[in-house]
Amino acid sequence: MFLGIDTSLGTSVAVVEDDGVIVAEASSENPLGHAEVIGDLLARVVAESSAPLTHVAAGMGPGPFTGLRVGIAAARAFALGRGLPVVPVVSHDAVALGVLLRSALVDGLDSDSARFAVVTDARRREFAYSVYDGLDDDGLPVREVGPALVPRDDLDRVLADLDVPRLDAASVPATMVALMGARSVAAGREVAASEPLYLRAPDVTVGGARKRVGS
Amino acid sequence: MSGPLVLGIETSCDETGIGIVRGRQLLSNTIASSMDEQARYGGVVPEVAARAHLEALQPSIEAALAEASVTLDDLDAVAVTSGPGLAGALMVGVGAAKALAVSLGKPLYAVNHLVGHIAADILTEDADRLEYPTVALLVSGGHTSLLLVRDLTSDVELLGETVDDAAGEAFDKVARVLGLPYPGGPEIDRAAAEGDPLAIRFPRGLSRASDMVEHRYDFSFSGLKTAVARWVEQREDAGEPVPVADVAASFREAVVDVLVTKALDACARHGVPRLLLGGGVIANRRLRDVALARAKAAGVTVRIPPLSLCTDNGAMIAALAAELISAGREPSTLAFGADSTLPVTEIQV
Ligand SMILES: [Zn+2]
Repeated sequence: MFLGIDTSLGTSVAVVEDDGVIVAEASSENPLGHAEVIGDLLARVVAESSAPLTHVAAGMGPGPFTGLRVGIAAARAFALGRGLPVVPVVSHDAVALGVLLRSALVDGLDSDSARFAVVTDARRREFAYSVYDGLDDDGLPVREVGPALVPRDDLDRVLADLDVPRLDAASVPATMVALMGARSVAAGREVAASEPLYLRAPDVTVGGARKRVGS
Repeated sequence: MSGPLVLGIETSCDETGIGIVRGRQLLSNTIASSMDEQARYGGVVPEVAARAHLEALQPSIEAALAEASVTLDDLDAVAVTSGPGLAGALMVGVGAAKALAVSLGKPLYAVNHLVGHIAADILTEDADRLEYPTVALLVSGGHTSLLLVRDLTSDVELLGETVDDAAGEAFDKVARVLGLPYPGGPEIDRAAAEGDPLAIRFPRGLSRASDMVEHRYDFSFSGLKTAVARWVEQREDAGEPVPVADVAASFREAVVDVLVTKALDACARHGVPRLLLGGGVIANRRLRDVALARAKAAGVTVRIPPLSLCTDNGAMIAALAAELISAGREPSTLAFGADSTLPVTEIQV
């Protein structure tokens, strides 16, 4: 039984069984307010899950840092409280898994083609993108490129060069984060590093010469 | 000695603090600081602090539990700083605290960081001597506040606060002017040891008679910082050596003077012969010495918690929550957020 948590866009939490059957799901689409809503959402899905949890799957981004950290901190703390392992997941992979499992229903994606790019807002006039090519034998999406950052104006040219349709994700479903976790554990594979996917160094300038105050 | 067993999480600035208390008894006070990393930038960078909190939280909680020889299941409650502080840094602690409380099925208390600084005093050995009302002067790199505390869990009033830089920030900025490394407090102290505090008369912010109407208990350090920088520039422009020791000592004296003068003025005007000091800048020996000497002359008793409890820490957050629990307060609902400007009157959110 996997608890999935993702705050790379909105806030989403879910509990799924090892085979992907959804037990409980609760989300907020609000791109802000992660710290406000995470507690109530967690309490709700935990209350709806009778069988004991075995793992916590955490969406590691990419995503706006401040919100992203809330979910990772929550995943680690929840796991610590119950003595469970944390299974890190690339948030774009979870979006891709969801797309591939119901590809025919998604607008703008040719259901015959499994290649596409997941695109999310990375702020500061940049997008984060990852390119996928179908599912592998373990039922996990095959990531060809990314996650990487690209200036907003360059995205369409980059995707044209890669010859993949663009799929803008407005949310990252925690059900798919949890299922990514379940499938990766079943396959005995690590699908993400345990550190957040910031993709950017902290935006600071190392102090140089001091500024004059007088004229 | 008994009381509720509480784990407190503090992430409002650049220290990840995890503390565990049983009532008024301190069991552990674990602090991981990103100061070394911040030193590269010459000040606290919020994004650097927030990243460090996320990495430090879990190991710090584990270390605190081990030191206190308790398990998470033993806890009666989890406590966390809701504000004031750096929003992105606070959110890491809030997210973790909520998830930990839900995971454990334990009550959660979200509390005010500044009132936590006052609560630190009840963890000292002679806590029975803490009497109310008391004036509290809280000075750090993140805040400079003067409070009137009538009751720790129900009645704290903000008398005044800085209108620009915190006192600790002023130390950092002046250290930079003098070519000294970060953090500035200990560096200025070291440089000032050989200096004459009366060598240069730097301005005392918001201390003129005209300031006494609206800003009697408020502080301002940005004008002082600029005055020091201008003084140093004029020396340099004239090709004269900068007497670093005298500048450091005179600057420090200006900060200490205005802090102590306003704190004792608050004691006098409110008829409260008690002053509690808190915050990381209390580590400054000159501030403590001047406060003790002038308070004694004014008939004011001064309390200073151990320095490990003056700097930002999780034990003070746990201690405040334990007091709230003992006073019969209900836990916080899970819907609170990180409030970077949480007013001091909101002791629990
Ligand atoms: Zn503080």
